[in-house]
Order: sequence, then structure tokens, then C-alpha cells
Amino acid sequence: MQTAKLKRTSLYASGANAINMIQAAFYNEDCLVYDLEDSVPTSEKDSARLLVYNTVRYHRPADKYVLIRVNGIYSEYIDEDLEAAVRARPDAIRIPKVEYPEEAARICQRITEIETAAGMEVGKIEVWCNIESYLGLINAYEIATADPRIVALALGAEDYTASMKSHRTKAGAEIFYARNALLTACRHAGVEAIDAVFSDINDIEGLKEDTALTRNLGFDGKTCVHPRQIDIVNSFFTPSPKEIKYALRVLEAVEQGKLQKKGAVTLDGSMIDKPMELRARTTLAQAEAAGIKIGGDQL
Amino acid sequence: MEIKQAVMVGTLESSDIQISISPNPNKGLEIQLQSVVNAQFGDSIIATITEVLESFGIKDAVVNAADRGALDWIIRARTQAACCRATETKFDWEGEN
Amino acid sequence: MINAVGRELPEKIGDYIVKPYAGPQEAIEAEQPVCSRRKPSKRAAGNKLMPDLKAAIEACGLKDGMTISFHHSFREGDKIIGQVLTAIKELGIKNLRFAPSAVVNIKNPSIVDFVKDGTIDRIQASGIRGELGDAVVDGLDLSEPVILRPHGARPHAIETGALSIDVAFIGASASDDFGNCTGQTGPNACGSLGYSFIDAVSAENVVVITDNIVPYPCVPISISQMYVDYVVKVDEIGDPVKIGAGAARMTKNPRDILIAQRTADVIAASRLFKDGYSFQTGAGAISIACTNFLAEHTEKAGIQASYALGGMTANIVEMHNKGLVRTLLCSQSFDAVAAKAMADDPNIVEIDNSMYANMFNKSCSLDKLNFGVLGALEIDVDFNINILTGSSGEMMSGLGGGPDVADGADISIVTIPIIRGRIPSVVEKVFTCCTPGSSVAVVVTEAGIALNPKHKNYEMIKEDLEQAGIKTVPIEHLLKTAYSLTGVPKPVETTDKITCIVEYRDGTVIDVIRQIKRD
Repeated sequence: MQTAKLKRTSLYASGANAINMIQAAFYNEDCLVYDLEDSVPTSEKDSARLLVYNTVRYHRPADKYVLIRVNGIYSEYIDEDLEAAVRARPDAIRIPKVEYPEEAARICQRITEIETAAGMEVGKIEVWCNIESYLGLINAYEIATADPRIVALALGAEDYTASMKSHRTKAGAEIFYARNALLTACRHAGVEAIDAVFSDINDIEGLKEDTALTRNLGFDGKTCVHPRQIDIVNSFFTPSPKEIKYALRVLEAVEQGKLQKKGAVTLDGSMIDKPMELRARTTLAQAEAAGIKIGGDQL
Repeated sequence: MEIKQAVMVGTLESSDIQISISPNPNKGLEIQLQSVVNAQFGDSIIATITEVLESFGIKDAVVNAADRGALDWIIRARTQAACCRATETKFDWEGEN
Repeated sequence: MINAVGRELPEKIGDYIVKPYAGPQEAIEAEQPVCSRRKPSKRAAGNKLMPDLKAAIEACGLKDGMTISFHHSFREGDKIIGQVLTAIKELGIKNLRFAPSAVVNIKNPSIVDFVKDGTIDRIQASGIRGELGDAVVDGLDLSEPVILRPHGARPHAIETGALSIDVAFIGASASDDFGNCTGQTGPNACGSLGYSFIDAVSAENVVVITDNIVPYPCVPISISQMYVDYVVKVDEIGDPVKIGAGAARMTKNPRDILIAQRTADVIAASRLFKDGYSFQTGAGAISIACTNFLAEHTEKAGIQASYALGGMTANIVEMHNKGLVRTLLCSQSFDAVAAKAMADDPNIVEIDNSMYANMFNKSCSLDKLNFGVLGALEIDVDFNINILTGSSGEMMSGLGGGPDVADGADISIVTIPIIRGRIPSVVEKVFTCCTPGSSVAVVVTEAGIALNPKHKNYEMIKEDLEQAGIKTVPIEHLLKTAYSLTGVPKPVETTDKITCIVEYRDGTVIDVIRQIKRD
């Protein structure tokens, strides 16, 4: 059975900071993003690239979804970043500030070229696109469908609000539309949607309110700015018994369909498509990650 | 490969290592190590640094390493970055295929 | 011979006859009455106030080869030990046995110098942190190895006569002229004097040293005039900043916070975490953070702990003030808030260190303890703990009450990062075994939680953690993770010379420390 990799929480570890990178592997985040971009000063882009490369290639944490965030598409670092990042063999490469589908497609093409040159399995590395401007948001669906590698879009609220001339607030009314628009695009494209950070690391109550919204809107996960946010955010992605039951029924129907060699499987009169099946697997994986025992008579 | 400039990479933070490389024309490799874990890992640290220098074909250089308990691959990465800067070359990514 | 934790020991070390650690003990029958050197009515109605330290030392009849004791409650702010040893040295008294409850890292003057000049030639304590410890493991010239005992074992050694004290010097932040004294008031308050009670009742001579003489009677009376021979006023007994001026702050290290949080989660998942539970968390960075998380869990569960034990910190006092723990039993006060709290609140109690941890008492408070949180330098795959020596064999810390707490608590939890810099803390075999693995129930690290399948409460803990959805890993997994990060360190080489004997809480020898071989 294919196991869905959870993406409830993403934590950045700066490629400029050795201890940060080592320790980040031990928190409870689902996705660990080794960063070459914003957290690395321009004078250390080369050393950070090598630090991240050696870490991910030879000492990546086994139980996490590992990403490398490369520098901007138009920066002087992107070519070498990709040479390093692809050969490091992460689960995904996260591309900052994507605004047009052509940009995403070009990066994906470049990844294919490097995979081929390096004799790696082509297409294995996934891509996340950060949507950080109104242009990116307008083109979100096209970006999400620009290449099969693209599995998630992540909202970057700070740059987005700057592009909108909005004022950033804790309540987040200024990004409410962006959240919904991004989600809509992701759902239609069948990719996952990752919500923006909550930046005040000392405001636990604020984080809880914000994450409740993240979860209720329908996001699959959220980027965290500090390790202490991780357990709180994860806890909001614990599915309810009702959701778990439904997910189990979906998968049971899929299994039955396979046994009976049916092309289309239905449950309660609606057809189960691939995203629904994946969603069910994610629900069960979330339940398991939250320590809920599945199976037996309990659920 | 020739050392073209004196460089320094890495920090003195815990779990990091600072590698300085400077030219040493025709005098071979001189590696000085200062480490908080010298007793347990001194030999291993020198071996890693030497191996990286050799992979760059560096035959003459003075290397000063100030280690604050860096893990082996951190030492490797810091030394690689220092070699690139010192020799003014780009890292050979194709060599990593 | 080899003891029950697999340590190679000689039968005899000089005159010291080695009783090897034989495994957990159940019931202990006392064979003889407790020993005390106390003499009644020595100085009826006389003036106890002496003009200076030398006069008091001479009045006690201190001679070459005798044993002197101190408490360590002033921690690194202690100015008493230095003054007393200087006075002794100036009187030309030599070859003393120095037996404080612990040696903290005090400099100017340094204890090492008093060893080198022959004032001290033997040492017994719970720990010999700092310069002295480093010198000892490097082979400092003493006439016998240092004997290290956990807090609970020291009173026992005194009561069996193994440690017989000629003169006890007791620093107090307030005293009257008859020697009623306390650590709770005055400019250099250190809080509980719990470590000194056994010295006061057992030594042949007791000298109280203070910089703060108060009108008779001094209250609270932590140590009574009944036991005190002389009182000396000096200019300064300590440095309040180093004694522990403020409350220790919550650590910002996310790794330590994570370990602390997981530890509190383990406690909260236990069936023993219910109204009336008891705990000891301690004063390390992880411990303090753990206390905060434990307070949150306690509040959320709507329960109250019956008591907190041992060394007190400001945040345990805060838990008490919020009604989350009914009583604090303080054998030591780690900061100024904890030091001063006892004077105002009858539910914050100064207790004898022997009541806290001595397993040979008719009972001790640890016998009832539910949860004990411990720090460690190393833990091995048998769950044995090293709390003394660092990776190069250097003396890093003291035994403290760790071995006592591990044994006494229903659930003992070791909090430890799997690596510190490049040094693995989960190892195949600890360099110095201080606490037997059989008494360790749980180890919490940033890389996972491991349960000891050989602990008496293993089944219960396992079931409770499973119920709460807390995952565990085998300790071998933690070892593998640590070594995969650091590589395998070169082992520390030692000579045959034994520098320290490490006693367990039952008075047996659990390990020895041999001199480090230097290139």
C-alpha cells in the first residue's frame, strides 16, 4: 500500500547554521526544509550549498519529507543550487516566488536534465512552488499544473501582502482571499496546499487561532517559523473519529473495487477519484501520527 | 590545484568548524587542528580534511581548523567550501554523480 | 572482582575494603545504633561567640589528620570554605580529611592549593566539580582515593561511623550568639541548610559561621543551639550573585525545550499522574523547563500534587503558589526565590537531606516519590548512568541525589540529548557508572523515548504510554542514531591508579575512576 507522506508542518533549517540543521532533524515536523535562500547571507551561499548537499545526500533524516529551498529563479545562485539540490536527492525542491507557469516548467525541465546527467531516476524529485505575490496567485492553477513534478503550492504571506500593498495583521483578513484562492487552485489541480507562517513565536494563543483557520479552510499543512510551533500545528491536523471512519470506508471501497476489477469505484453514490483516495490515506496517516490506533473494534 | 587566496569558512559556534586555508608554495600540507574533541576525534578530523584537500588536488597549503565539535560531514562541507574559495574554482558537481 | 553492573573492582583500595554493588536491595535491617560524636553539655552557659576563625578552630582542638565538614548550599558563591582552610593552614594543621557535602567550583583560594600544601590529604564528597575534580582525575597527590557518595549515602556513612566528623563548619546567613541559625534570612541567604543537619547532630564540634549576627533567638531555627559549640562572625560568607540571586530563566534552546516537554508528557500519561502525585524535577535547564510543562499538565488535569521534593526552584514555588502542589520539601534551594519562600509559608518546608534521601532511615521522602526527573552526562544500553565524568574522563559534575532519586521514584526519567556537539551521550558503556540501569525507567531524548524493559514498573509505563499514543524506541536505536551522527569516539585511556571510589546509596562500590592517561 502506498503510504501518504504527511505535510502538516514544514520547518526551515538555515543552510548557514550547522547546529540548526542537525537539531532540526529531531523535532516533530513532517517536512524539513533545508534553506539556501532567505536565511543565508549572500557571502555564505557557497558554503551553505555544500553544507546542505552533504547533509541531505549523506545524512538525511529517515522519517521526514526532506526539501531544499533554492534561491530565486532569477538569482545568480539558482543554476548551481539546482546542480547541488538534485544530486542531494531530497523528496522535493521548493522554489521561491513563482509567478508564471513557464518559470515552474523551466525549473522542472532543468531538474530532469540534471537527473539524467547524474544517472538518477527521472521524475522522482517533487517540486513545491511558493506563491508569494498577486501574480503568482492569479496564475496559481496554471503553475500547479505546469509539470507533473509539482505536488504542492505554499503561500508566502509576507511578500504577497507587500505586493498587494496590504498591511499584515495577526487576524489575517488581508490574506483571507489569497488563502482561499490558493486552495481553490490546489484542489482543482489535485496538489496539496500549504498555508503561510504565523510569525509571532511567543503568541501561542494567536498561533492556535490561526492554525484553526488553516485547518478549517482545508489546507494540508502549514509552514512553521520555530520548533515550538510544530506540536501545536500538528495537533490541529488530528482527524476526528468521523473523518477516520469515512477514510476507512473510502479505502475499503477502493480495495473492493480492485478485487472486483472495477474501473470506477463509488461510495454512497459518488465516485471515488484519485485525490479522494489520497486524502483518505492522508487522514489515516494523520491519525496514526497523532497516536490514534486504527483497526479493531474501536473505529 | 593551487591556492590563490587565503580564505576562511565556517564559524566558531558549537557544532561548527572554522577552516582557514592559505598558500604554502612548495612546502606541502600543514594542518593545524584545535578541537574540543581532540582526544576522541582529532585523528578522524585531520583525516577528513586531508581527504578533501587531496580530492581537490591541493598539495601545498596551510590549513588551520578551529573545531567546536562539528560532525564529520560538516567538516567535509566546510573544507570543500574553503577549497573552492581558496582555489577560486566552482565545486565539481558532476564528480558527485 | 566484578560488581552487579559489570565493573571491575579490586578487593581493597589502600585501607578501603571494597563492598561491591550487588544489585537492588529490598529491606535493610539495622545492625547497630547510629554513631554520633556529639558530646552533651560541653560548654554550659559559656560565651560561644569567638573573636575569629582561628580561635574557634583552636577551641575545637583541631589536630593533624582530623576530619572537617561543610555544606555546599552557598554553591559557587561560597566564601566560608576558603576562609576556614586558610585559617587552618596558617595554624599549621596538616593532613586533614575534607568532607563537605559537595565541592563546588570555588577559586581564590583553590582547594587544589590546600592539597598541594598538605593542609588536606583526603577528600570525601558527593562531587568534586571544577578545578579540584580535574586535578584529582589527573592524579592529584592524595593519601587515599576520593570517596564520592550520593546525597542519601553521606548521612548513612556518618551514622555508620565510616565518615566520622571532628569539626563541622556550618555557614549560616543569620545566627544568634548561641548558634541558633538559618540560611533563610540575611543578605547572603542560601535557603535550606538541609545538608548540615546530619553534621550538626553527629560531629564532635560544631562551629557556626555567619556574617549576620541577629538578636537572640534567631528565627527560624534551622539548626538549634543544642548542637552548636561556637559561633564566628566573619565579614562575608558568600557572594549573593553566585549563590543564586534570581530565578533561573526558562531555556531558549529548542532541543532542551523539546526534551522537557516530552518528559512532562510522559509524566502526564502515567496512571500515577493523579491528584496527590509527587515529583522531583531539579534545577538543570531541561528540568526547569520540564517543571513549567508539568505545571501546565497539572493545571489542565485539574489536580494538585501532594509534594515536590529535593532542590527547589522559583518555578516550583510558583506551582505551589498557584495551588498546583500542596507542599514543598526543600533539602536545597537553587535560587533566591526558593531560598526566601520557606520563611513565609508553612507548606514550604526545610528538610534534612537524610530525610530526603537516606534509604537506611526508618523511611525517607524518596520512598513515596512518584516521578523523578534526572539529568545525566552519559547513559548506556544497560541504562546505567554517568553523572560524573565527561567524554575525556574529566570531572564534570557531582553525584548529587541522582542515584537516590532513580532508585526511590516509581518512575525515574533521565533527560539527555543524544549528542552534545560531537560527543555521543548515549553510549555502549558509560565511562563511570553512578546509577545502576535497573533503577532507570525511562530515557527521554530529542531523538526518541526509550523504556527500560528491566525496570520494575516497565509494564505499567509501557501500557500508559501506548494508551496516550506516545511512541518509544529501543535504547539501541538511540545509540545507533547518536553514533551515526558522531562516529565512534576513541575510548579514554586510563592508568591503574584509582583516583575516586564511587559509592552507591547503599554504601557499596558501584564503580571507581582511574587516572586519565595523558600523552
